[in-house]
Amino acid sequence: MHTKTLTELARDLKARKLSSEELTRSYLTRIERFNPQLNAFITVLQEEALAAARAADARIKCADANALTGLPLAHKDIFCTAGVKTSCGSKMLDNFVSPYDATVVERFRQAGMVLLGKTNMDEFAMGSSNETSFYGPVKNPWDPTRVPGGSSGGSAAAVAARLAPAATGTDTGGSIRQPAALTGLTGIKPTYGRVSRYGMIAFASSLDQAGVITYTAEDAALLLGAMAGFDPRDSTSVDRPVPDYTAELERPLKGLRIGLPKEFFDPGLDGRVGAAVHAALTIYKKLGAEVRDISLPNFWLSVPTYYVVAPAECSSNLSRFDGVRFGHRCESPVDLLDLYTRSRGEGFGAEVKRRIMTGTYVLSAGYYDAYYLKAQKTRTLIRQDFITAFENVDVIMGPSTPTPAFGLGEKTGDPITMYLNDIYANGVNLAGLPGISIPMGFVDKLPVGLQIIGNYFDETRLLSAAHQYQRETDWHRQIPRGFE
Amino acid sequence: MQWETVIGLEIHAQLLTNSKIFSAASTAFGAAPNTQACLVDLGYPGVLPVLNKEAVRMAVKFGLAVGAGIAPRSVFARKNYFYPDLPKGYQISQYELPVVSKGSVEIELEDGSSRRIGITRAHLEEDAGKSLHEGFEGISGIDLNRAGTPLLEIVSEPDMRSAKEAVAYMKKIHSLVRYLEICDGNLQEGSFRCDANVSIRRKGEHKFGTRTELKNINSFHFVEKAILYEVQRQIDVIEGGGKVVQETRLYDSKKNETRPMRSKEEANDYRYFPDPDLLPLEIAESFVSEVRKTLPELPDGKKQRFMRAYGLSAYDAALLTASRELADYYEMLVQAVGGEAKLCANWVMGELSAALNQNNQDIVQSPVTAVMLAGLLKRILDGTLSGKLAKEVFEALWAGEGEADAVIEKKGLKQITDSSAIGKIIDEIMTANPRQLSDYRAGKDKLFAFFVGQVMKATQGKANPQQVNELLKKKLGAYS
Amino acid sequence: MSLTPDEVRSIARLARLAISDRDIPRYADNLSRILDFVAQLDKADTTSVAPMAHPLDMSQRLREDAVTESNQRELFQKNAPQVEAGLYLVPKVIE
Repeated sequence: MHTKTLTELARDLKARKLSSEELTRSYLTRIERFNPQLNAFITVLQEEALAAARAADARIKCADANALTGLPLAHKDIFCTAGVKTSCGSKMLDNFVSPYDATVVERFRQAGMVLLGKTNMDEFAMGSSNETSFYGPVKNPWDPTRVPGGSSGGSAAAVAARLAPAATGTDTGGSIRQPAALTGLTGIKPTYGRVSRYGMIAFASSLDQAGVITYTAEDAALLLGAMAGFDPRDSTSVDRPVPDYTAELERPLKGLRIGLPKEFFDPGLDGRVGAAVHAALTIYKKLGAEVRDISLPNFWLSVPTYYVVAPAECSSNLSRFDGVRFGHRCESPVDLLDLYTRSRGEGFGAEVKRRIMTGTYVLSAGYYDAYYLKAQKTRTLIRQDFITAFENVDVIMGPSTPTPAFGLGEKTGDPITMYLNDIYANGVNLAGLPGISIPMGFVDKLPVGLQIIGNYFDETRLLSAAHQYQRETDWHRQIPRGFE
Repeated sequence: MQWETVIGLEIHAQLLTNSKIFSAASTAFGAAPNTQACLVDLGYPGVLPVLNKEAVRMAVKFGLAVGAGIAPRSVFARKNYFYPDLPKGYQISQYELPVVSKGSVEIELEDGSSRRIGITRAHLEEDAGKSLHEGFEGISGIDLNRAGTPLLEIVSEPDMRSAKEAVAYMKKIHSLVRYLEICDGNLQEGSFRCDANVSIRRKGEHKFGTRTELKNINSFHFVEKAILYEVQRQIDVIEGGGKVVQETRLYDSKKNETRPMRSKEEANDYRYFPDPDLLPLEIAESFVSEVRKTLPELPDGKKQRFMRAYGLSAYDAALLTASRELADYYEMLVQAVGGEAKLCANWVMGELSAALNQNNQDIVQSPVTAVMLAGLLKRILDGTLSGKLAKEVFEALWAGEGEADAVIEKKGLKQITDSSAIGKIIDEIMTANPRQLSDYRAGKDKLFAFFVGQVMKATQGKANPQQVNELLKKKLGAYS
Repeated sequence: MSLTPDEVRSIARLARLAISDRDIPRYADNLSRILDFVAQLDKADTTSVAPMAHPLDMSQRLREDAVTESNQRELFQKNAPQVEAGLYLVPKVIE
C-alpha cells in the first residue's frame, strides 16, 4: 500500500478497503526498517500515531470523516506540536516540548490525519542540504552518498522512501521546492500569507511559508485545501476564501501562456537539466499551452538580496533563544552575559551562527543603509520583474535547481556555493509568489524538478498545470531502488 | 557663570486596555508572577503578535487631545537588545513612523504665567517584564506579567528650562491621560513613568549641551529632585574643567543622587528594522473622527468654563480642573449646594484638599462625598454653623461619623440663635461680674471683649456671634 | 570587504554568541565572503525605488481588546531551565 498516492489511499479508506490502523502500522514498520539508514525522522510517534489511527477509524465508521481522516503524514520538526518534542533541528531545542499546536498541525489534527512523526531538517531551516541538522545529515533515498536537499530534507527523504505518504515543509528560500526536486517529488510553496505561520518556528518572517511535499499535484491539492486559510493569530495571514483546489485540477490548459525567463538558462545551469525543462515544455505545448520568452532583468539580484534580508530577520527572530524560558542553557553561568553567549554559542550550530552574525552586521549602525535598506529596495525590483512578467504570461517555468542532488560534504566548505543552489528559488520568496516543483526526469539517475511559478494566490493554476503534466508523464511514479 | 537648563521628557504611559498590545493575556496589576504571561508574552518559538485595536484607539485619542497629527500609516519596528525582562530579545516599538506626530500642551507656572511645551511624537510599544532582586543571592527572578502591556511613549521637545517646568509638564500630561481615560496614572505601580533628558548651556547660547538621560523617576517630587541634582552635577563637572558624558543615569531616591547605569555602558546598537510579523498600521479618517467624538472636555477647556461659569480666578480654576475627578467633585458640590461657587471652591481647595494631602489620598478615595460636604455647606449658609463649628463638623464627616445634620444633632453643635436664651445668659454674666460691668460702664470699652468671651465660654462657642454682639451692646449700654 | 578578527568578535558579542578564538578566523573568512557576495547589490540602481518590507501590500489587522488567555504557568514553565516561586531565574541583573 505504500506505493499508492495519498489520494488513492484516501479512496481506499473511504471504501473501507483499508483501515487507518493498518495503514499507519505499515508506515511505522517501514520507518522502523528504513529510517536508520536515511535519518529522515527526528521523532517517531509510534503510540500516538496508532491511537490517532484508531480514533480516525472510529470517525470513519460513524461517518464523521472527511477526505483526510485516517491518512498518515509527517511534519517537519519546525511545526510546534503539543506535547511533542519540537527541535527545529537544533541542539538549542533538543529538550523543548511544545505546549501548543501550530495552526497547520491543528488543522490536520482536526481533520483526523495521523501524525507519524517529526522530520529532520537543516537547523532552524537554514541550509540547502540537511547537513546543518544537530541530528545529523539526511541521506537521499536515490543515492545515500548524496544530500536530499534542504531545509525540508527529512520530509523529502521520508516521502521519497515511502516512509510517509506526504509531509509538511516550510520554504523560506526554496526549502520545499529544492528537496522535492532532488528527491523526485512534488513540493508546493503557496503564496505568502496563504497558510498561517502561527506555530511555525520563524526563520525569516517575511519569507517563510508552509507547504507540502507529496507524490502528486493531486495530493498537494488535497492537503493544501485543508492547511490554507485565514488565521486570526497571524497578522500576515490573508483573509481570502480558499478555492477547491481538487475540483479545479482538470481545468484545461489550452491557451495557457508559459513564460520562460532567459536568465534561468545561465552558465550555472547543468545543460542536461536545461534540456529536461525543454522536454517538459514540449509536453505542455502538446496540451495546448503556448511558450513565451520573457526576461527577469533583476534576477541576478535575488540571491544577494536574499542573503541580506533572510539573515537580518533571522538574527532578530532567534534572539528569543537565550537560555531563560526554554531551550538550551549552559552549565553554571557566571553572569548574564555568560548565560547568553554560552547558551547561544553552544545551542546553535555554525551555519546558524554565520547567519545570525551576517544579519546582525547588516542591521548594525553604519551598515543598515548600505546593506539592509539597499536589499529592501532590490527586493522591490525583483518583485516588479515578476509583476511585469505576469502581465503577459500565466505561469513562469524553469528548473527548480541548477543540478541534481550533490554529494554529502561537497558544498559544506563554502557557504556561497551552497547558497547558489537555491538561485531559482530565492526570488519567488522575495516576491511572495507561489511556486511548485514537480519531477521532470533524471540526470545521472538522479531526479530533477521543473519549477512552475504562479501569480499571487494562483495556486489553482499551478496545481492544475502540474497535475495535467503528471497525467502525461510517470516521473512522479518512480520509486528509488530498495524502497519499492 | 550663568547656566541655562534644558530638559526634555519621555513619558511612558501604560494604556488602560483589558488585554496586552499584541496578545490576549490580561494587563491587570498585581497577579502572581508569570500567571498573566501567555505564549506571545513569553516569546515562545512560533508565536506571532496581533495588534490590539483599543491601544490604537487610545493613542489616537491622545494625539487628538494634544493637537497632534495622526499618521495615516505608521510602522512597527523591532528594537533589538538582550535583557532578561525582554523575552524576545527585541521590543516591538515604533521608530521612523510613529502613530502620533507633532503636538503641544500648555503648562501653568506658579507665577501665573504659562508656557507651551512641544510634543515631538508619541508612539505605541510594548512594556517589558520585571527583574526582581530580593530574596535570591546573586540571582534575579523574572516576572513577565507586565511584558506586552501597551505603552504610549510621549516624547517632548527639549522645551523646559527648569525642574519646576518639567514637573508642571509631567503633571499636565498626567492629568491629560487620566482625563482621556487612557491611563490610570498610577506612579507607584509604574503605570506612568518618566525619563528626563537633561543638559545645560551658557545663558544666551543656542547650541545644546551634552545631555544625560535620567531613568527610574517614579514621582513628581523625584523628577524635580533628580533634575536639580543632575543640573548641579553637570555644572560642577563643567566648572571643574571637565566634560559631561552622554550616558544613561539612574536616579536613586534614597541617596538623592544620579549614577551611571552599568547595563547601559555598552554603546547602544539597537538595529531597528520594520517588524516583519506586523503590517503597516493604517488609520482611516473615519476611525479618527469616531475617536474624536469620544473626546471628553479637556483640562484647558474645562478651566476656561470654570472661570466663566463659576467666576473663579485662573489659578483656582486651574487647580480645580487638574484632575477630572476633582473637577467632577467640585461641579457636583456646586450643584448639590445650589450655587455658592466661591464658597464651594474654598472648601474643596482648603479643608478638603488639606485632609486629602494629610492622609495621602486621592479625591476618589475621599470619605467625604460631594453630597456630604454640600450638607455641611448648607448649614453654614443657613446660619446653623459658624465657621469654627463647620470645621469641627467636617472633621466628624471625615471620621465617618455620619451626615452633617446628624453630627450637628449628636454633638449638639447647633449654633444658638434664640435671642431670649442668649439674653438670659448675658443677664447671668452681668450679675456675676458686677465690677467689670461698672468699669465698662465707666468707659473701659476694652472690657466688651471680656463679655463676649464669657458668653462664648458659657455657650461652648455655640452662640451666634453676631447676635451676641448686638445683645451685649444693648444690655451693657442700658443703665438699670 | 574583509572582516578583522576584532570585528567578528564585536559582532558576536552584539549577537550574544560565544565564539572560540580557534573559530574566529573561519568566521572572519566566511562572513567576509558572504559580505563580498552581497555587495553585488551596489551595482543595482535603486534611485527612487521604494524599500519593500512585506511581500503583500496589506495593512495591519486589529484585534478586539478581549482577554482570552488564562494562566498556564505550570505548563509553560516545564520548558524552563530554572524557575522558583513562579519566577524564571537568571544570574543577577545589574541596572
